Amino acid sequence: MTITENKTTNVIGTRLLRREDPPLLTGEAKFTDDLNIPGALHLAVLRSPYAHAKIKSINVSAALKIAGVIAVYTGKDLQTTWAAPLPCAWPVTKDMKNPAHYPLAIDKVNYVGDGVAAVLATNETASRDALDAIDVDYEPLQAVVDLEDALSDKNIIHNDLGTNKSYTWPLLVEDTPGCVEEAFKKAKYKVKERYVQQRLIPMAMEPRAIAAVPQPFGGDITLYSATQIPHILKVMTALTLGIPEHQVRVIAPSVGGGFGSKLNVYAEELLCMALARKHNTPVRWVEERSENAQATIQGRGQIQHIELAADENGKITAIRVRIIGDMGAYLQLVTPGVPLLGAFLYGGVYDIPKAYDFSCTSVFTNLTPTDAYRGAGRPEATFAIESAIEALAREMKIDSFELRKRNYIKKEQYPYTAFSGLVYDSGDHLTAAEKAAKLTDLAGVRKQQKKQNVPGATKLLGVGMTSYFEMCGLAPSRVLASLNYSAGGWETATVRVLPTNKVQVITGSSPHGQGHETSWSMIAAEKLGVAPEDVDVLHSDTAISALGLDTYGSRSLPVGGVAIAMACDRVIEKAKTIAAHQLECAAEDLQFVGGTFSVKGSPDRALPLAAIAFGAFTAHNLPEGCEPNLEAQVSYDPPNFSWPFGTHMCVVEVDAETGAVEILKYIAVDDCGIQINPLIVEGQVHGGVVQGIAQALFEEAVYDGDGNLKTSTLAEYLVPAACDVPPITTAHTTTPSPTNQLGVKGIGEAGTIGAAPTVINAIIDALSGLGVKSMAMPASPQTVWKTIQAARGGKK
Amino acid sequence: MKVSITVNGKEHHGDVEPRTLLVHYIREVLGLTGTNVGCDSSSCGACTIHMNGEAVKSCTILAVQADGSNVTTIEGLAKDGVMHPMQTAFMENHGLQCGYCTPGMVMAAVGLLNENPKPTEEQVRVGLEGNLCRCTGYHNIVKSVLAAAGSK
Repeated sequence: MTITENKTTNVIGTRLLRREDPPLLTGEAKFTDDLNIPGALHLAVLRSPYAHAKIKSINVSAALKIAGVIAVYTGKDLQTTWAAPLPCAWPVTKDMKNPAHYPLAIDKVNYVGDGVAAVLATNETASRDALDAIDVDYEPLQAVVDLEDALSDKNIIHNDLGTNKSYTWPLLVEDTPGCVEEAFKKAKYKVKERYVQQRLIPMAMEPRAIAAVPQPFGGDITLYSATQIPHILKVMTALTLGIPEHQVRVIAPSVGGGFGSKLNVYAEELLCMALARKHNTPVRWVEERSENAQATIQGRGQIQHIELAADENGKITAIRVRIIGDMGAYLQLVTPGVPLLGAFLYGGVYDIPKAYDFSCTSVFTNLTPTDAYRGAGRPEATFAIESAIEALAREMKIDSFELRKRNYIKKEQYPYTAFSGLVYDSGDHLTAAEKAAKLTDLAGVRKQQKKQNVPGATKLLGVGMTSYFEMCGLAPSRVLASLNYSAGGWETATVRVLPTNKVQVITGSSPHGQGHETSWSMIAAEKLGVAPEDVDVLHSDTAISALGLDTYGSRSLPVGGVAIAMACDRVIEKAKTIAAHQLECAAEDLQFVGGTFSVKGSPDRALPLAAIAFGAFTAHNLPEGCEPNLEAQVSYDPPNFSWPFGTHMCVVEVDAETGAVEILKYIAVDDCGIQINPLIVEGQVHGGVVQGIAQALFEEAVYDGDGNLKTSTLAEYLVPAACDVPPITTAHTTTPSPTNQLGVKGIGEAGTIGAAPTVINAIIDALSGLGVKSMAMPASPQTVWKTIQAARGGKK
Repeated sequence: MKVSITVNGKEHHGDVEPRTLLVHYIREVLGLTGTNVGCDSSSCGACTIHMNGEAVKSCTILAVQADGSNVTTIEGLAKDGVMHPMQTAFMENHGLQCGYCTPGMVMAAVGLLNENPKPTEEQVRVGLEGNLCRCTGYHNIVKSVLAAAGSK
């Protein structure tokens, strides 16, 4: 019995307004830096101004003289404090190189922003004043900032490793040995493309903030952090600091966005905890924005080489991919795994034979560490295949939509076992694409384009598309094991019906804008036949939700939400035995509809859940062996990833004189299966799309040759404002996932995955008449203008 | 330096360091933490408040400059437990996700409608240029502001 077949209260699928909103709208919500923590000392971190340098000496005496300064620590001072270096949970290969990484550098700094010293002061101003008073003598070394340069090992960053190469991870799938090479030899059409995924700065609007509050006696410590991962943080800080895990409590208060940037174990979290314990007093830290740009992880940072082989009809016969991944100076929590999350997706939504040759080599650079940023590996992969298929269409001189249609996995092929062995759960790519084309008025735009894009025209019209897959809902634990990930991919849920028939849901997911409280209440309400407002949702505090794996990878609904539905089922099952006992019938004879158990065929013999909940509480009349109370806990390990998909299209007008790009229309048709709350789904798509548009047009972490970040403030790093982006038309198709009882798939990353290639493909389409075949990101007016000039020059 | 600032209808007298920003005075001295800080370059607008009826970024003003002025923060927008129509419009149109930019965005939006009660979509987009949001893609923020304008 699935929820979609047996709707009882019709909560799922409604546009219920978010219960999260009133506190956030009125200023009542408390983010970490809003917490009032009496007696807290303020931590400030001195950061390296050099990308690569030896620390010759550090003189802290002047800093210590500043009024309010309590202590200053260097990396050497704290060397023995750490039980282990900062953790990397994803050693992707057995021989992966992983340099020791401590919260403060010990004798060498490896990126601008690397921590050098920590100041504790009674107030924030004094702590920052003290930073200026610390005198560090550096011996600058040659910085390695270019990926191909890094690969050459001309200058080595971590001497003890002997190389800048961290690992090479191959995925070669061949039906018969040598068939990839054979396919390329036999191919009627071939394309070979190179794309650069520029580094991006996630820029969650709330910078990171931390407060560590120790218990003066007993050794317990509470960590408040603006994090996506309180549960993972608890395990990891216990291990890194050598604190017994049961003495650590982690709380994520209201968290102001994450996008992967708060999916990490950071130096400052460990510093706050260690120093709070050392001084037996609370220690807090809040990040400045320019610090955030340097010392919080960045995303993307890949050079991609992709080759497609196709037969005379354009059917893809083989794919070859070579990636160079930019790890930055150190490996953070899942840094090396990011390219692997994309490794399976370079075949896109297409029916690819077992002729797939992928390899990723990842290198260290003297730049801020990279890690998972919204989509993590999957936007990169989707960009490559969706750009390469356009190149193939140009090579064949056919319409790219037509080429996609020839290659789409067909609806009737689902569930589809891919070349990689992964099973794609459900999909209907053609229907989504046709819906997008209709909403775009593709035929009309093409007609207008013919009229408008005549020789000499300045304003050129272009239309671009992307058909994507998002491999998400991370993740089946066994698959993670095969990828050498150090943890599982399950999620927990506890559902408890209180004596007065109010419901508590406790989840291991940790929302930071996604509206889990609202959506999870809807799932429980639908299942238990209660009103959503009678369901309380508790999360993000390890003392309340003891076990969990948190929020990232579009996992919260397809893993955590499904766990809630399963816990409700268990509660109903138990309630049914109590109902059967009290109604003196067999449990099999009972039905549960709209919150009431009744004997099939005798509706007057009925007991509402409320009566059973109270009965389970008094425990006066329970069946033999039945424990009091109505509660159930579930740990759910998903049998498969979830595979949302869709097609995005956009229409752009490019000014060939200035290079300015205007998006006239953006259409997103997404299919995430059953939608719990369409209002929230649309919001996720809007935000995701704009982050993808931002990659295509605006954003880049720009470094100079010495490894200095030139875009470290929001004045330089161009997060788009409202006037920079278009309204987004959202629509959907509904192909339920057969993997879980709710039929749901994730949606948090889909927009970002679809948008960047859609915009870039539209720009190239607009400029194709001028001979433009590729476009670097971000496609700023200057980049577009230069590309046009280069193409025109090439034509002479 | 001595300052006297009326915040949300209540007069506050204080002694502040000359370099104290108004946003820090509001958050740290008055404990009104609804006003957020999102950047250090006056770019994000998370700290937007009303000073003498006009929307301003409270990180661009020293507390001493606000001496004698009338300030409204997000905490002062709802009256008698009822949200301001702009707050309601943001809720009804899902104009917020993580909520961090929201107090500043709402204050900026109220300021925008004070100046232009019936803006076009384009005017709303341009009018909110100084306020960054990373979650919503602005679509539903613009919708919220237009809805609030319609309900006036």
